[in-house]
Amino acid sequence: MSDWIAIAKLDDIPLRGSRQLKTDTVDIAIFRTGSDEVFAIRDQCPHLGGPLSQGMVHGNTVTCPLHNWKIDLESGQVKAPDEGCVNRYPVKVEQGVVYLGPLESHDA
Amino acid sequence: MREKLVLIGNGMAGVRTLEEVLKLDPEMYDITVFGEEPYGNYNRIMLSPVLAGEKSIEDIILNEKQWYADNGITLHVNKQVTQIDRYHRKVVADDGTEAHYDRLIIATGSSPFILPIPGADLDGVVGFRDVDDVDQMLETAKQYNKAVVIGAGLLGLEAADGLLKQGMDVTVVHLLDTLMEQQLDSTAGAMLKASLEARGMKFLMRHQTEALLGEGRVQGIRFANGQTVPTDLVVMAVGIRPNISLAQTAGIYCERGIVVSDTLTTYDPRIFAVGECVQHRGATYGLVAPLFEQAKVCANHLCQLGYGRYEGSVVSTKLKVSGIDLFSAGEFIETDGDETLVMQDPAEGIYKKLVIRNNRVKGAVMYGDTLDGSWYFQLLREETDISSFRSTILFGQHSVGDAGHSGGSKMVNLADDAEVCGCNGICKGDIVKAIQDKGLFTLDEVKAHTKAGASCGSCSGLVEQILVSTVGSDFDATPSKKAMCGCTDFSHDEVMEAIRKGALKDMATLFRYLNWSTPDGCASCRPALNYYLLSSWPEEYEDDAQSRLINERVHGNIQKDGTYSVVPRMFGGLCTANDLRAIADVSDKYDVPQMKVTGGQRIDLFGVKKEQLPAMWKDLNDAGFISGHAYSKGLRTVKTCAGETWCRFGTQNSIDLGVKLEHFTWGSWMPHKFKIAVSGCPRNCAEATIKDFGVVCIDSGYELHVGGNGGIKVRVTDLLCKVTTEEEVEEYCGAFTQFYREDAHYLERTANWIERVGMKRIKEHVVDNETGRKALNERFKVSQSVAQIDPWKERADGAESHEFNPLKIAG
Ligand SMILES: Cc1cc2nc3c(=O)[nH]c(=O)nc-3n(C[C@H](O)[C@H](O)[C@H](O)COP(=O)(O)OP(=O)(O)OC[C@H]3O[C@@H](n4cnc5c(N)ncnc54)[C@H](O)[C@@H]3O)c2cc1C
Ligand code: HEM
Ligand code: SF4
Ligand code: SF4
Ligand code: FES
Repeated sequence: MSDWIAIAKLDDIPLRGSRQLKTDTVDIAIFRTGSDEVFAIRDQCPHLGGPLSQGMVHGNTVTCPLHNWKIDLESGQVKAPDEGCVNRYPVKVEQGVVYLGPLESHDA
Repeated sequence: MREKLVLIGNGMAGVRTLEEVLKLDPEMYDITVFGEEPYGNYNRIMLSPVLAGEKSIEDIILNEKQWYADNGITLHVNKQVTQIDRYHRKVVADDGTEAHYDRLIIATGSSPFILPIPGADLDGVVGFRDVDDVDQMLETAKQYNKAVVIGAGLLGLEAADGLLKQGMDVTVVHLLDTLMEQQLDSTAGAMLKASLEARGMKFLMRHQTEALLGEGRVQGIRFANGQTVPTDLVVMAVGIRPNISLAQTAGIYCERGIVVSDTLTTYDPRIFAVGECVQHRGATYGLVAPLFEQAKVCANHLCQLGYGRYEGSVVSTKLKVSGIDLFSAGEFIETDGDETLVMQDPAEGIYKKLVIRNNRVKGAVMYGDTLDGSWYFQLLREETDISSFRSTILFGQHSVGDAGHSGGSKMVNLADDAEVCGCNGICKGDIVKAIQDKGLFTLDEVKAHTKAGASCGSCSGLVEQILVSTVGSDFDATPSKKAMCGCTDFSHDEVMEAIRKGALKDMATLFRYLNWSTPDGCASCRPALNYYLLSSWPEEYEDDAQSRLINERVHGNIQKDGTYSVVPRMFGGLCTANDLRAIADVSDKYDVPQMKVTGGQRIDLFGVKKEQLPAMWKDLNDAGFISGHAYSKGLRTVKTCAGETWCRFGTQNSIDLGVKLEHFTWGSWMPHKFKIAVSGCPRNCAEATIKDFGVVCIDSGYELHVGGNGGIKVRVTDLLCKVTTEEEVEEYCGAFTQFYREDAHYLERTANWIERVGMKRIKEHVVDNETGRKALNERFKVSQSVAQIDPWKERADGAESHEFNPLKIAG
C-alpha cells in the first residue's frame, strides 16, 4: 500500500472530536482539533491501552478516557509528568476530504 | 533578538521563578544569573539536617551548574551585584562584570539579624543562613565544646539541635518565656522545651544578652542580669532582615522590604522582585511556600500572560528536628469570641488545639501527632464549615471516615516496599525515588508524578510525611482560593458567578471573557464549564458533546477493556415478568457475556461493544425501557424497600413514593452522581441514610435526609426536616436537588458540598424560606422539561451516529 487513501469527509469528524478507523492490522484514531487540524495516531494509549479516540480533544492534545494521560497529537509524545509515546500516521486534508498516507513508510 | 532577563540572587525564590518562566516559554529570554555564593541553587531549608549530619551539601543541591548550561543560562557565581543602573538598564558586580537587562528580577533574600552589642564582631559569632555558616559551625564543633544559640525560634532550635548532634554542649537563650512564640502557644511550647531538655539541650529563658566577651575569639556571654556563661561559639538566630540595600541605592521604593504589587512588580515596571526581600501588602515572608507562589505569578507576568495575581499567603510551619512532630498554622492564639478545641494526652506527649470562629478553623497548633496538620490547614484555607464533624475533628480525618493513616515520624522508619497508596499500589520507595529524581516539592507534584494520593486521597497525610522527610518541608502552595485547573486562575465559584452575572451563554465567549490561557480548555475544565453553562441556562445553552467525558457521550460506562455496560432504568427497582423476558432476549441476541443485579436494584449488562449499543438500545426501548444513566453525573437510581404494601413494619407506601421520585428526577444533569432511596420505616432497609437524598417513612409522615455517601469515605446523612405528605416530599426533593445543582462545584458530591458550605445554609434555602423553596422547585421543573429526553431513543433514531460507527478501510 503506497498511496494516500481517502478515509472520510472532514465534516464526518466532529470539531474537537475524533473517529476511530479500523484497519485489518491496527485501530487508528483520527482527530480534528478546534483549529481544524487533523492528526492520526494509534488508537491505543501507551499506559494501559485505553482507546484514545474516545478521549477529550483540547488544543493539540487528547486526554485518555481511562486514566487521563495526555498525549500530544503532533509528536505522539505523552506529556509530563507521564512518559511514553504513540505511533503517528500521516494524514492530510484536501478539499474537505481526509486522506491517510502509506502506513508502512512511517514510524509504525 | 530575544529580550534579556537578569536575576540577582541565585537562591530558592529567584531560580524557581526562572524554572516557571522556562516552563511557560523557554524561547522568550536570554537569561543571566548573579549569585554571591559559590554554588548552584541549593535547598536552603535543608541546611539544618546538614548541620545535624543527616545530609551532605551534595544531597541538597537543587540545580547543578549543568542545569544552567542546559537551559542556556549564563551563571556568574561568587559575584555580588553592587549596582543597578536603571538609566542604562544594566547591573554591575563587585568584580566589574556587567549585564544589560530588559527585565530584572531581584531575589536577594535576607540576612540574619546580628544584635548590635559589644563583641558581635568576634570570631566564633555566626548567623545561620548559608553553607559558609554551616561550615564554620561544623569546624568549631570539631575543636571546641560549648555553644550558645541566641533566639529560640524555628531557626535557633534547629541550629541548637544540629550542634547537639555534633556533640556540643548547647545552651539556648531566649528573651521571652515561651519557645517559638510566633508558632506555639505556651502549652505546646512547654512540651517542646521538655522534650528538648530530655535530649540534653539547656535553656536560659527570659535572658537578655548584653555583651559577648573575649578577645579575637568569643569566650563568653553576659546577660542584663549580670550573669555570665562561658562559650566557644555564638549563633545569632534572633530574626532576619530583608536584603534591600541594593534596591534602595538604586532608588527603588522600599519599606521593610522591596515593595511590590500583586504582580510582583516594583515601582520600576521593568524590575520584579520575589522572595524574602519582598514586602507585599505590608507582609514579608520567611518560608518557602509563599515564595514559590510569588515565583509562579512573577513568571506569568514575565511571559506576558498577564492574568496571574498574588494575593498573599496563609502559612503553616513545621519544625525539622527529627523525632519531634510539631505543626502550627493561622491564628493559633484565641481572641475574644473564639472557641478552642483542645486534646491533650500527657502520657503519649500529644497536644492538639484548634481555634474556631463561626464554625471555621482559624488556627491550629499540634504537638506529638501532626498527621492531620495538612487536613486542618486545608479546612483553614478553604474556610470549611466544620459543624457536622466538629465533635470528632480533633481525632483527625480518619475519624471522619477514611483509612490509611498511621503515626507521624514513623514514616521515616517505614520500609521502602511498604505500600502507601492502596488505590494505585504505590510504595514508599517509588515516592522517595520520584521526589529525588524529579526534584519534586509539593504534594500536588508528587501526586501528579506518582499518582499516590491522587485517587481517594486518604493517604495524602502519609505522602506528605514522606515529602517532609525527603525534602525537609511540604511546600504546598498556599493560595486561599483554588484555581479551577491549570487553564485559569479563577476558582469554581468565580467562574459560576461570572457565567450567571455576566450572562455568559457559550464556551467561546466564556474563554474570551475570563482570559482562559488555553484555546479550548482541558479535560478537567471543559466538562465543568459545560455543566455550569447547562445548569445556568437550561433553555438556551446547547450542550457540547465534545465537552463531555466518553461515558456521557456514548451513554454507557466504558470498562477497562474498552467495552461498555448497559443498564436499563427500572423505576424504584420494580419490574414485571415481561421486563425480565425482554432483558433476557436482548442479552441472548447480543451475546452479552455477563449480567448482574446492581446495588441500585436493576440489571447491568456487561461487555457490550460500542457498535452494538444503538441497536441494543432500540430493542430495549421497544420493550419500554429507557436509559438508567448508570454513567452520568445525574440521578442514578431510587432504591426502595418493600414498605407498607408488603412489609409488616411498613408505615407508608415506600415503593410507590420511590417510583414517583424517580419519574420526577430522572434525566437531570448534576455536578456529580446522585442517588435517592425510600425506606418504609426506620429499620431503613433501603439504606436511605447513605444516599444523597433519603426518605425514611415514619408513622406521622416522612423524614428527609441529605448528603449521605457510601464509597471511600462513608458519610451518614444529615436530617433536613420532617414533612407530612408525599407532595411535600416531592417539593423538598426538587428544591434540594436544584440548590445542589446551582450551588455545588462540578464533581462535588452532596456530601462534600454540605461539608464545605454547612447544613445551616442548606436549611436556610430549602427549609426556612418557603418562597425560595418553591422557586427552586419551579426552576428544577423548568430544567427537567428540557432534560427528560431518553438518550437511548435519540441515538437509536440516529443521533450522533459517528460515535458508534468506526471508519473502515482494508489495509
Ligand atoms: C537554616 C534554615 C532553615 C530553614 N527552614 C525552613 C523550613 O523548614 N521551611 C521553610 O519554608 N523555610 C525555611 N527556611 C527559610 C527559607 O530557606 C527561605 O525562606 C528561602 O530560602 C528564601 O528564598 P530567597 O530566594 O528569598 O532567598 P535565598 O534563598 O536566601 O536566596 C538569596 C540569594 O541571593 C544572594 N544574594 C543576595 N544579595 C546578592 C547580590 N547583591 N548579588 C548576588 N547575589 C546576592 C544570596 O547570597 C542568596 O544566595 C529556612 C532557612 C534557613 C536559613
Ligand atoms: C468513589 C467512588 C465510586 C466509584 C468510582 C464508583 C464507580 C461505579 C461505577 C463505574 C459503576 C458502574 C458499573 C457499571 O455498571 O459499569 C458503579 C455502579 C454502582 N455503584 Fe458505584 N462507585 C463509587 C461509589 C459508590 C458508592 C459509595 C456506592 C454505594 C453506596 C456505590 C454504589 C453503586 C451502585 C448501587 C451501582 C449500580 C448503579 C446502577 O444500578 O446504576 N458506588 N459505581
Ligand atoms: S425499611 Fe421498614 S418497611 Fe421497609 S422493608 Fe425494612 S422493615 Fe420493612
Ligand atoms: S467498587 Fe465500584 S469502582 Fe470499585 S471495582 Fe467495584 S464497581 Fe468499580
Ligand atoms: S490507558 Fe490511557 S491513561 Fe490509562
